[in-house]
Amino acid sequence: MGPLIVNDIISSNTNLFLAFFIGIAFGFVLESSGFSSSRKLVGVFYGYDTVVLKVFFTGAITAMIGLLFFSLFGWIDLTYIYINPTYLWSTIIGGVIMGAGFILGGFCPGTSVCAAAIGKIDAIIFVVGIFIGIFIFTEGYPIWKPLYMAEFMGNLKINTFFNISSGTLVMLVIFAAAVMFWIGEWAEKKFKAPKY
Amino acid sequence: MEKEMRKKKSRSYINPYIGGILLGLTVLLANYISGRGVGASGAMKSTIVAAVESIAPKHADDAMFYKEYSESHAGNPLNSWLVYQMLGVLVGGFLSGILARRMTWKVEHSPKITSRTRLIFALLGGVLFGFGSQLGRGCTSGSALSGMAVLSLGGFISMMAIFGTAFALAYFVRKLWI
Repeated sequence: MGPLIVNDIISSNTNLFLAFFIGIAFGFVLESSGFSSSRKLVGVFYGYDTVVLKVFFTGAITAMIGLLFFSLFGWIDLTYIYINPTYLWSTIIGGVIMGAGFILGGFCPGTSVCAAAIGKIDAIIFVVGIFIGIFIFTEGYPIWKPLYMAEFMGNLKINTFFNISSGTLVMLVIFAAAVMFWIGEWAEKKFKAPKY
Repeated sequence: MEKEMRKKKSRSYINPYIGGILLGLTVLLANYISGRGVGASGAMKSTIVAAVESIAPKHADDAMFYKEYSESHAGNPLNSWLVYQMLGVLVGGFLSGILARRMTWKVEHSPKITSRTRLIFALLGGVLFGFGSQLGRGCTSGSALSGMAVLSLGGFISMMAIFGTAFALAYFVRKLWI
């Protein structure tokens, strides 16, 4: 039963070894979906190319449903899965800063590494920028720490927050994604993509 | 002749919905094997910590962030799950690029701006994303995608904040892209 590492089915060295192959799959999928092109990525914000929306939400939904089924089949114990903790203010403000970085720089960290791997020079510079940004955070940590730690809500799940079952929540996300996909397909017809 | 030209052209991208399913299966696999999702910015933070520890060990002993980091993480910061995974991403992206013949040295930018402008904004965007990913405890991969996959409230908030802000600002910087 999974997670394999928690249940001692694999050693921690095997876990790190497999991380490398999970990374290969991750990088391969991102690049072959077109995430190595900044102008394709930001297309979602102008409507001419909504590949980010489609890949991101199909990915999130697939993983959500997969985890629910794995749990149902007894293949995975969800209590051992890492749930990202929610610190309300740092999540919102960090997200806003990341959003600004996305529209100015055209990448996010994972996609910039993929694009750098195929020789995009703008992506290599973006990666340099990420390192500088992280360094500013680590060096100035005492300044941001109060904000970083504010309003801790625990490792809270969204369905617990709304007091509904995880299955209902996932179903609502699927409906929302279907509507967004429909809007995305419409936008791609309406807004002409520039050549890139 | 025409056939030959077509051969040299780079292959097109895969269908985004198929790409999404494969991406979701990768996140599922990571959770099944390792009990966690994928990520990107965390590996870069480990690299910074390792660099500071080796270049300025005294500073790493004194400054709050590095001190807290080494208290909560045993061993070499580079010997971490996310670092190995990110090395894999580099290899995976490279393999896909080779197979699809997309390998080129190139600065991709709108014809309305110069390469220089593009690179300045790429650097600025990277700095913001790097900083924001630390404040927000993870980027689009680690917080938004992987967080949403495990139904973390923070993951959903992250996703909305990132995409919402980018949408809100898109009009003002349209010259950079279209």
